Amino acid sequence: MAHRRRRKRKELFAQGNEAVAQGALLAGCSFYAGYPITPSTEIMEIMAQRLPRIEDGVFLQMEDEIASMGAAIGASLTGRKAMTATSGPGFSLKQELIGYACMVEAPLVIVNVMRGGPSTGLPTSPAQGDVQMARWGTHGDHPIIVLSASTVPECLEMTVVAFNMAEKYRTPVILLIDEVTAHTREKITIPHEDELEVLSRMQPAVPPEWFKPYAEAARGVPAMAPIGQGYRCHVTGLTHDQMGYPTSRPDEVNEFMTRLFRKIDNYYHDVVLVDEYCLEDAQYAVVAYGCVARSARHAVDQARERGHKVGLLTLRTLFPFARPAVERLCMQCEHVLVPEMNMGQISREVKRVNNGRSRIRTLNRVDGQIITPSEILKAIL
Amino acid sequence: MKELQKIERFEIRLSGTGGQGLITLGRVLGHSLALGHGYNVTQTQSYGPEARGGSSRADVVISSSAISFPKTENLDLLVALSQPACNAYYRFLKRGGVLLVDSELVQHAPTNQFVGLPFTKLAKDKIGNELTLNTIVLGAVTHLLAFAEPRIVRKSLEETLPPKILALNIKAFNLGLREAKRHLGEAPEIWQTAAENGAEEDMEGFED
Repeated sequence: MAHRRRRKRKELFAQGNEAVAQGALLAGCSFYAGYPITPSTEIMEIMAQRLPRIEDGVFLQMEDEIASMGAAIGASLTGRKAMTATSGPGFSLKQELIGYACMVEAPLVIVNVMRGGPSTGLPTSPAQGDVQMARWGTHGDHPIIVLSASTVPECLEMTVVAFNMAEKYRTPVILLIDEVTAHTREKITIPHEDELEVLSRMQPAVPPEWFKPYAEAARGVPAMAPIGQGYRCHVTGLTHDQMGYPTSRPDEVNEFMTRLFRKIDNYYHDVVLVDEYCLEDAQYAVVAYGCVARSARHAVDQARERGHKVGLLTLRTLFPFARPAVERLCMQCEHVLVPEMNMGQISREVKRVNNGRSRIRTLNRVDGQIITPSEILKAIL
Repeated sequence: MKELQKIERFEIRLSGTGGQGLITLGRVLGHSLALGHGYNVTQTQSYGPEARGGSSRADVVISSSAISFPKTENLDLLVALSQPACNAYYRFLKRGGVLLVDSELVQHAPTNQFVGLPFTKLAKDKIGNELTLNTIVLGAVTHLLAFAEPRIVRKSLEETLPPKILALNIKAFNLGLREAKRHLGEAPEIWQTAAENGAEEDMEGFED
C-alpha cells in the first residue's frame, strides 16, 4: 500500500494534570484510587470520568490518602496497572505504604503535584520542596525511581515512562511535577496506540507448583503472578525469602536487599533520563528540572543571544541521580547554577557529585512563585 | 480576513476577581489560538485558595516559535477587571502595551493610556446575565488582537462550552466584538497609539 492515509492524531489544549491522566490511560492504567487534593485534583477528576468507560476499569475515591495507596498496591498485586495522585500533605501520608510497595515489589505509579509546604502550606502555589522526600520519605534503605516533567507534552510522555519503569523493574515509581506544570495548558497530541512502547510485568513461565514468587532472576526482577490465578502469593511487609515468607536469616535478608538495589542500579542507563541543551561548547551550565527548567531554557537562549556560552541540563529522572551527566558537566564548566524552588535539594546532589571540580551556585526561591528567566539570567551574567 | 501572522512572543494577562470567569476566558482564548489558529500557546493561572472573591488571573503567551517560559514577564496586553488587579499588574505592562479595563469597576486607572468598556454593565443590561462578562471580554480581546480571527474564536467557544449555555455566550461574544469595534476603534490604531505613547515616554528619558 503505497498511499496509506496518515491517521490524524487527536489534539487537545490541556493542562499538565490532564496530560498525566491521558498518559496513564495510554500506558494501560486500569485502576485509580485517590483522595482529591489541590493542585492534583484534575488527575482524579479525569480518571473518574474515563476509567468506568473502559473494560475492567476501576475508579475508587477512598477515605484518605493512606487508604488510596493501600488500594493501589492491592490492585497492582492482582495484575493491574495502578496509579494514585496527590500533593504534599497526601504524599506525607502515603510514605509508610510506599515502603510497603518497595518491599513487596508492587509496580505502581504515584504522582505528586508539588505545592508550597510544609504542612498545608500554599495549596494553590508551586514549589519543589518534596524532592528529597520522594527519595527518602519512607523508612528503611530502599531504591526508588523518581521522575519529573517540565512541559505538558512531557507530562504525558513521562507518565507512560513511569508505568513502563514500574512494570519493568517491579517497583513503585514516583512522578514529581509542580503546580505550574500541572496547571499550565498547552497543546498535546495524543499518540496512536501503536506509536507507543508500553511494557507489562513479566508473568511466570512455569506451572504454579514450581513457582517461587520472589525467586532470584536474571535481571533481579522476579516474574509476578497476579493473585487469584492459582499461583502462590504470600505478601508481607516483613523481609521475606524467595517463597514470600518472613525470614531473618542473614544470608536470605542480604540476598533480598542486594537484589532490590541491583535490579535498579544495574539498569542505571535505562532509568536515568536527561535532556541536554546547548551543552557542547558550554562554559557555564544550568542544572534544572520541572517548571524551572523552562525558565532556565529561556534564560539560556537569552544568554546565548548576548554571546555567553551557557548550556542546560534538564533532569527528567531525579533519582537515581544522574551522576555521569552531572560529572561531565562539572569537568567541562567552570560554573554550574542550580535554580530550584526549595532551599537546595538537588543542588545538594550536584555538590556531592561535583567533588570540588566546578563552582556550584544555587538560586533558591520559596515564596510560592516560579523562578523567572530574568532571575536566572541575572545569576549567570 | 486577518492572516496568520508571525508572532515573536506576545503576552496577555487577564486579571480580576475570583468568580469572574477569567481562567475559563484564558482557556477558551488559548484553545482557539493553539488549536484553531495553530500558534504555540501556553496558558497558566494563579488564584487564591478561596473559591470566590480572592484575586484571580490567567496568563496567555502566544508565539510562532516554541515557548520555553510559560508565564509572563512583559505584558503586551493587560486586561484588568478590578481596581486591585489593575493596581497590582500595571507595572508589568511593557512600553507600547495596551491596558484594557472594565470602565465601571476600574475607576482610577494608573495611566491615561488605556481603553475600557463597561463589561459587567453590558453583561447585566444587554445579555441579562452577569456571568457572560468573560465572553464579552473575549469578544473585545479578539477585536484587539490583530492575529485572532473572530470566526475561529467563535468556533472554539462551540468546542469548549457546554451546549446549554452556548447560545447566550455566542450572543455575548458578538456583543463584545461589536462594542469594541464601535468604541475602541480599529485594532491597528490602538496599538499604534500605544506604541507612540511608549516612544514619547522614552524621549522623556525614563529608565527601564
